[in-house]
Amino acid sequence: MSRYLPFLQAAPLFLILAVFLLVPMAMLVVVSFYDYDSFSLIPDFVLTNYRDVFSSWVTWQTYLKTVWFAALTWAITLGLGFWLAYFLAFVVRDPGWRMLLFVLTTVPFWTSNLIRMIAWIPFLGRNGILNNALIKAGAIDRPLEFLLFSDFAVILALVHLYTLFMVVPIFNTMMRIDRQLLEAARDAGAGFWQALWFIILPLCKPGIGIGSIFVVVLVMGDFATVRLMSGGQSASVGLMISNQIGLMQYPAAAANAVVLLAMVLLLVGAMLRMIDIRKEL
Amino acid sequence: MRPDVELIKVTKRYGTTAAVDAISLEIPSGSYCCLLGPSGCGKTSTLRMIAGHESISDGDILLAGRNVTELAPAERGTAMMFQSYALFPHLTALENIAFGLRMRGVGKAERLARASEYLRLVQLEAMAERLPAQLSGGQQQRVALARALITRPKVLLLDEPLSALDPFLRTRMREELKRLQRELGITFIHVTHGQEEAMALSDLAVVMDHGRIAQAAPPRHIFERPASAFVARFIGGHNVLDLPEGRFAIRTDRTTLSPPPGGARLSGRVTAVEYQGTAVRVVVQAANGQSAEALLPDHLFHAAPVAPGEAATLGWDTAAAHRLPAPTPA
Repeated sequence: MSRYLPFLQAAPLFLILAVFLLVPMAMLVVVSFYDYDSFSLIPDFVLTNYRDVFSSWVTWQTYLKTVWFAALTWAITLGLGFWLAYFLAFVVRDPGWRMLLFVLTTVPFWTSNLIRMIAWIPFLGRNGILNNALIKAGAIDRPLEFLLFSDFAVILALVHLYTLFMVVPIFNTMMRIDRQLLEAARDAGAGFWQALWFIILPLCKPGIGIGSIFVVVLVMGDFATVRLMSGGQSASVGLMISNQIGLMQYPAAAANAVVLLAMVLLLVGAMLRMIDIRKEL
Repeated sequence: MRPDVELIKVTKRYGTTAAVDAISLEIPSGSYCCLLGPSGCGKTSTLRMIAGHESISDGDILLAGRNVTELAPAERGTAMMFQSYALFPHLTALENIAFGLRMRGVGKAERLARASEYLRLVQLEAMAERLPAQLSGGQQQRVALARALITRPKVLLLDEPLSALDPFLRTRMREELKRLQRELGITFIHVTHGQEEAMALSDLAVVMDHGRIAQAAPPRHIFERPASAFVARFIGGHNVLDLPEGRFAIRTDRTTLSPPPGGARLSGRVTAVEYQGTAVRVVVQAANGQSAEALLPDHLFHAAPVAPGEAATLGWDTAAAHRLPAPTPA
């Protein structure tokens, strides 16, 4: 009996993973090889869905756009997240203040994603708060069009949504850096940027890695933000999949999902190779 | 000879309390100086001010005649060895040692070659490629020492360098620190709360109390002629007694249970007997509440043993009593 006890103890988690992850994934892969017409799925083993993915220039563009969104959002959230975390960890000295400010950074997360995005619309719109204020101040004489329903708006919303995912893990690794290391670096002649580059940055790598995985995975799979903030003028793979599902083209959606999943896994794999996350756990 | 390090009325205030209160001190060049005192006496703050890691509220610090009060740590010609070593965990032993040269823009080949020399100096050639986590405490300390020495400081500052080591290793590292200091001929300033460490190492021992210097002198001078009751008690090995003639410090190893004729004495009851191998410690409390102890060579004690509760008289040669300044009336 005791030999099987560990398996028994692991069984509930295994069952949950099997039912909610492995089986759906297997179904996804199976369906991606199905054929379909306007009304029904036709069980089959055809490669047409994948051929469609790779042969369509529009699809290629959508994938490139998604990667571009992910890369830009990643770069901006990394810059913002790193300095916010730096400020919290090294500039704020009082632990009470640090805690308070840290909680403040999480305030946006007390409302849903959708509400946070919609909140941008009256602010950025053609006759929105920002345009009106700029016109009144005489900085511009006609409303800026690029503020809303544009790639700018998409990136802005994504950065707004996901910066916290960068701040938290980086802050966490920074708090573990022994403050004496910075004194030792200064004692050895390191200036601010040298200490940052040679000591803080390498020691923050696990946090940067975890934050990057969060942000990249979330942005690559996003469809609501892109639809809402671009006003339908931009597409991402997620949005394309969502549209295909709306048109009942399940096998095409499944093929795209499999390709997207493979891409994300490759990206995460590459990041894990560069950064040893186990140090963090 | 011109002093290497000179403190002139150096003060460190935190709010309204002075952690270091206008201390002045001259440390001769090429000497081993220990800052000694109980925790909170200001010794670490003093060291950190010399290093430049703590701002100075008032006063000046001169290194080799140059006022360094406002200079950054690396511009002072000092190097510091931190209490928990503060080795960079992501760099190998060799890279840690080379760090100071790297910051000064020394090319890779040259800095690694010079770091190897210093690794040899601390006898760790075999550990060059190890990360700090793969080194023992004693090895980490040697790496920290080499890292501090590679920039050729005029003054090496050590913040309780031996406190994290076990007693056996501590004695060995102590010898090694002293050897290095002698060979390099530079000034070492070493913070410790262990009087034994200070006596074993220092040319100049500085006993501190409440942000002030209680006594600064060679250790033998401090032990034989403590300047105050605080110094006598802190340095250990002394009874501080208020006698009709005044206040005295009497060495416990010069105190016996067989009072010499004509000598001073203190009668009372034995309250504790502690066997320590080569010696036996006997504590006697007098009727007026004062207590004193005698450290007796074991053969003398065993020739005429006493037990707690028995009456006993401690005695000493009047020449062995060192007069202390009278206690300030409270």
